[in-house]
Amino acid sequence: MAREIPYIAAVQEAIRVEMERDPTVVFYGQDVAPSDEDPLVQAFGRERVRVSPISETAEIGMAVGLALAGYRPVVELLMAEFMLVAMNQVVNEAPRLRYMSGGQVKVPAVFKAGYGFTAGWAGQHTGSIYGMFMGFPGLKIALPATPADAKGLMAAAIRDDNPVCYLINYLMVLEHGDVPEGEYVVPFGEAAVRRDGSDVTIVATGWTVGRALAAAETLAQEGIQAEVIDPRTLNPLDTATILASVEKTGRLVIADQGTRHGGASAVIAAEVAEHGFGSLKAPITQVTALDVTVPYSEPMEAYVLPNEEKIALGVRQVLGEAPVAA
Amino acid sequence: MTPDSALDAEEAHELLRTMWRIRLFEERVGQLKRNLQVHGLIHLSIGGEGVAAAVCGQLRDDDAVYSGHRAHGHAIAKGAPINGVMAELMGRDSGLCHGVGGSMHLVDTGHGFMGATGVVGGNLPLALGTALTQHLKGTDQVTVAFFGDGAVQAGHFSESINLAALWELPLIFVCENNGMAEFTSREEHSTIERVSDVVAPYGFERTTVNGSDVPAVYDAFSRFLTEARKGKGPYLLECVTYRRRGHYEGDPEKYRDPVAEQEWAERDPLARMTERAIKQGWIDEATVNAIEREAAAEIEAAVAGARESPFPDPEIARSLVYA
Repeated sequence: MAREIPYIAAVQEAIRVEMERDPTVVFYGQDVAPSDEDPLVQAFGRERVRVSPISETAEIGMAVGLALAGYRPVVELLMAEFMLVAMNQVVNEAPRLRYMSGGQVKVPAVFKAGYGFTAGWAGQHTGSIYGMFMGFPGLKIALPATPADAKGLMAAAIRDDNPVCYLINYLMVLEHGDVPEGEYVVPFGEAAVRRDGSDVTIVATGWTVGRALAAAETLAQEGIQAEVIDPRTLNPLDTATILASVEKTGRLVIADQGTRHGGASAVIAAEVAEHGFGSLKAPITQVTALDVTVPYSEPMEAYVLPNEEKIALGVRQVLGEAPVAA
Repeated sequence: MTPDSALDAEEAHELLRTMWRIRLFEERVGQLKRNLQVHGLIHLSIGGEGVAAAVCGQLRDDDAVYSGHRAHGHAIAKGAPINGVMAELMGRDSGLCHGVGGSMHLVDTGHGFMGATGVVGGNLPLALGTALTQHLKGTDQVTVAFFGDGAVQAGHFSESINLAALWELPLIFVCENNGMAEFTSREEHSTIERVSDVVAPYGFERTTVNGSDVPAVYDAFSRFLTEARKGKGPYLLECVTYRRRGHYEGDPEKYRDPVAEQEWAERDPLARMTERAIKQGWIDEATVNAIEREAAAEIEAAVAGARESPFPDPEIARSLVYA
């Protein structure tokens, strides 16, 4: 049975359900349970729900050590940028140990963090930095765009035998949606077709999925039918579903909140350019953040970020119905 | 030299056996490196054999050990088969990690050797996690993290020490303080000479011993291990050792004076332990010679075995990325 709950509650529900079914799941991070009244503390106690000091390197590295010894840690890191403090653990230890050991070990750990909080938090609290993690083989990346996926992808992340960066969008935490009760798992590597269409494919990630769907409704009134695809996980990336859609529509717009160079959008564009070139009737258009650090002042913040209007404009451009900016 | 030690003849025999196996292994690897039969970046642990033997010799297979980039001795002392380590260094399929990891990334989970690391101190936080599982399960298993004095100035060391102390984890930090962090001496890295002093404010038990005095290392570690087996911790054992070789094989060592043979003789843990064991009547010279011969034969067999092993199928480079 599904019922409507907010995105953030769906994340918490997944952690609770997985902790109930598997005693090796532990949850910790900065400020996660300041009071004994916290529901997770009430349910599982202070041994399995721990408040850690502000020590990202120790927190993430400890998760790797827990995982090596058979546990399934979920580390709350609050802001994706805080993972940058601990890049040696995220890059050099977590995803490389299975490989370097010749397959002797596995590292089932979840690094949970928020991104894209473009509400004046600026600079070091706002970035959509998941694209860089796509360059580290061994690391999986989940980017839930709906409350149901927030639950199902967290469950899949906890059950996965590899380290997973599970990134929630802070602008979406209060958005409501239907979420199945009980155990619910959304498998990694399976894109969701959020809207069917025949004229153009919009691949949208995370927060931009909702913006792309809104743009598609506007475009429908102009007689343009856009297909909206949400990859759900960036690694593994379901290129097959994206290529099949582009084969059908012949046109691709990529909407992503991250910066362009070296980001998720660039990777998706390259995959389609290499493997779907024969299907393309027009050049690929990328609607991303500008290649800048997100600024503070509200109009300037809006200027650098993608939005519904920019996505719709990108679609009109690939259809030849709007001029392409130089 | 400690006047009294809890060591008995059997333990002394086993320590000497482990130390000879490490010493001859390392010397042979140095030779193979010079002959280009060992492929990568190699850091030898000659001078540190006593710490590896005295610490790992008291552990069980189900205790976890983490090590740094100078890891061959720790792996061997923890039980990793010499032929598997040698084949790994020679890049062969029969290596512990099928030639994927090499010298700085040795892992042998079957013997609780959870891994070396190429980043100085980079896996200290991992030891926290493994020790936390031991705490959560309420077992008498322990975790040991080896590191050098160079790791102490890195942030991951401070974070790990703080969390281990805060959560009272059954973790024994073992610092091999050889006074050299890569190519520079300790005084150029820190104003604190003793690593055991660095952790003093955290309030847990710590001590510094002469790492060339193997019975002293054995006894100090034994005391901490007894407590850690009861779930207590953490502890820090600092062993002042001597790095006989350069930072890496091929290091021209322009940053230090050549080692005086007299100084080395005084600090060589193997020579000192042999002398002590014979004096105490734990062993006789003929038995020591037999240990050395057996170790040499084992290592030659490992080299021969590695040469016979094929190189790994390059395709495994792609198959091992995900579990």
